[in-house]
Amino acid sequence: MQLELSATDTDFRARMREFFTTKVPQEIRDTVLAGRHLGHDQIVESQRILNAEGLAVPHWPTEWGGQDWTDLQRHLWHEEMQRAGVPLPLAFNASMIGPVIAQFGTEEQKERFLPATANLDIWWSQGFSEPDAGSDLASLRTSAVRDGDDWVVNGQKTWTTLGQYGDWIFTLVRTDPEVKKQAGISMLLIDMTTPGVEVRPIELIDGGHEVNEVWFSDVRVPGDLMVGEPGQGWTIAKFLLGNERVGVAPVGATKRALARLKSEAGDQLDDPLVRARVAELENDLLALELTALRVVAHSSDGAPHPASSVLKLRGSELQQAVSELALDLAGPASLAARADDDSPQEDWARRAAPTYLNLRKASIYGGSNEVQRQIISRTILGL
Amino acid sequence: MDFTPDDEQQALREAVRGLLATTYADHDARRRTVAEDPGFSESLWGRLAEMGVLGLPFSEADGGVGAGPVEIGIVCQELGRVLAPEPYLASVVHAGGLVAACGTPEQKTDLLGRLAAGEIVLAAADTSPGARWSSANEGVRAAVEGGAWTLTGVANPVVAGDRADVLVVAAALPDGGTGLFLVSPDAVECTGYAAADLTRAATVRFDASAATPLGEPGRDLSASIATISDLTRIMGANQALGVMQSQVRATTDYLRSRKQFGVTLNTFQALTFRAADMYVSLEMAQSMVDWATMTIAGGDPAVVADAADRVGLTIARTGRHVGQEAIQLHGGIAMTAEYAVGVGTAHVEVLGQWLGNGGHHLGRLAARVADHEMVEAV
Ligand SMILES: Cc1cc2nc3c(=O)[nH]c(=O)nc-3n(C[C@H](O)[C@H](O)[C@H](O)COP(=O)(O)OP(=O)(O)OC[C@H]3O[C@@H](n4cnc5c(N)ncnc54)[C@H](O)[C@@H]3O)c2cc1C
Repeated sequence: MQLELSATDTDFRARMREFFTTKVPQEIRDTVLAGRHLGHDQIVESQRILNAEGLAVPHWPTEWGGQDWTDLQRHLWHEEMQRAGVPLPLAFNASMIGPVIAQFGTEEQKERFLPATANLDIWWSQGFSEPDAGSDLASLRTSAVRDGDDWVVNGQKTWTTLGQYGDWIFTLVRTDPEVKKQAGISMLLIDMTTPGVEVRPIELIDGGHEVNEVWFSDVRVPGDLMVGEPGQGWTIAKFLLGNERVGVAPVGATKRALARLKSEAGDQLDDPLVRARVAELENDLLALELTALRVVAHSSDGAPHPASSVLKLRGSELQQAVSELALDLAGPASLAARADDDSPQEDWARRAAPTYLNLRKASIYGGSNEVQRQIISRTILGL
Repeated sequence: MDFTPDDEQQALREAVRGLLATTYADHDARRRTVAEDPGFSESLWGRLAEMGVLGLPFSEADGGVGAGPVEIGIVCQELGRVLAPEPYLASVVHAGGLVAACGTPEQKTDLLGRLAAGEIVLAAADTSPGARWSSANEGVRAAVEGGAWTLTGVANPVVAGDRADVLVVAAALPDGGTGLFLVSPDAVECTGYAAADLTRAATVRFDASAATPLGEPGRDLSASIATISDLTRIMGANQALGVMQSQVRATTDYLRSRKQFGVTLNTFQALTFRAADMYVSLEMAQSMVDWATMTIAGGDPAVVADAADRVGLTIARTGRHVGQEAIQLHGGIAMTAEYAVGVGTAHVEVLGQWLGNGGHHLGRLAARVADHEMVEAV
């Protein structure tokens, strides 16, 4: 056992820190650091800067822009981005569909999509969930029926995050209603400008518009846009969701949020109760960070470590706990949630309630915390 | 000792519930109402007045009904159940309470009579930016010249301030202490906005704005202000209780009807046990709310202050537990503005941050632990 980073890793970290804090525009990083929502263009701009330096998709195969890094280096890359307030590369592109196409796609699909996906020339959306298929994803009903070389898609997806910006959507569709439900699912890539695709906004409790319903009515999708074979969708989805859960514990971002909150708290930090809450959170975050490090220092084959469920569970809880503290420190000022910018209440305090409400999602999406507990109890504990 | 509402109280609950159902039968109706100015239903407000609900706390001499705290608590619970955005707490309980406690007989008859009749809306401006539940409002300062009073400074949040016909303002007095003043909205700059639950508040800017002292001019009223705030906290707890009752009910209904993996969610014991824990929290909260409400009748401000802190802490903790679990057990659907459960969580949080959150109450209670050997219920 040894605690220090090697000289190579220390250099690596310094290089990341230098790049992230000098090459990504301050204005974008300030937006992230202040916890405000990023615009479409800021996310694209930032990812392109990273991609030009080979830092957008380091976990992809090297021939498609990946870097031959250790898991620890990937972890350092991820933490340093968060620490510097650099927007993480769009997860739908970098963590979800990119690795899937690299693993399961045809050569033609790889050439067509991977460079554009890494560079965010295509903005991907994730079309998995449906109104009746949430945790039980395999019960999805959106259908794709073969017609000549094409598939004809009908149905509805929901909770499609940032679907309003989506150029393309990767979907799970039912191509065979006769077989066992997992076996009849396939993955299709759908151009969202195709006739018959309709995106409708859903308003969330924080007042924001970040999720959508996506409707498909007789949408024709060319046959060469299926990833893998018909019926292979469930296997692909499991691979994708496994990746989705890697790096899910936003340790760096949560640590940063707490550090910022301490400075915003002002003289409330003199209150022993506030100090105690901060101290407990700092301690819990340290344990989380160490666990994340323990996980990355151990897994060498690149496969998701089963303990990623531990990180997702605890990571979302701590992210939520920091937002609770922020709301409590904001107090009456938090009522000004939807006030204009000329409000006399401070910015961070006005954002506290919406952020608190918005982060309730962290324990629901990407495999809810109950689903994570199920994985821990079944897969890890063998119960 | 009796914790059960009597027949008349039960009848009041049913009448108020029935009336609220005419406007807020479903969550869509609330959504439509808060989307438009003034953020609540004026016609429902009028009907609440006709029913006598707006005059419940005030004496008959002042045009009210002279009912007790239990009755007012029942109204607040019912308002909470449907997330009614009507400013009952802000206007009747809080601002009306200040007038009833501190006004001259003429002021009381005039203002409370019109408030009870639904003719005017009052709002209390007693908090300044950055302040935290204090009975002194340092951000607004009173000055007097030749018997004419003026106020200068900023108040925020002023709940229901954007619709108020008369503002009841707490301000620092020239010779120390905090006084209360009546101010017309015409004399100030008032900017309305919505809180996270879409109920309304305002920023009120005073710039040598003309003000009439409430009650005897120049008197330090901080003790009364503190007591009325404590009463409002207890009634806020009643309102939050109503929200949480709805959330527990909605969650159990949902677990029985939502299907995943071919079965309803109540098949999963991990979820039903958590619903059971929500119910345990709710029952504890109900006991504290009932108790705190009943302490008011005794009239001892110290007892009421203690009860306000205790129920405030319980409600803050229960609000988080029940509100968070209600969202989690529903899954994504509770994250949407279209669905009452998540909005309820926002509403309880807004009530708590407005009137006093868990940390505030815990801090006050912690400071007093050495003052008693045991906490006694009665
Ligand atoms: C803000 C947000 C963004 C999202 N973005 C996307 C997106 O971009 N693309 C996409 O495809 N999806 C997205 N989702 C959907 C998300 O993945 C689902 O919400 C999630 O899978 C849960 O499904 P559900 O909401 O239908 O809840 P349900 O599955 O109905 O679950 C309700 C509750 O029951 C629990 N539960 C369910 N089954 C079990 C069980 N067997 N044992 C114990 N507990 C159980 C759940 O954990 C939850 O607490 C998003 C969701 C949210 C809230």
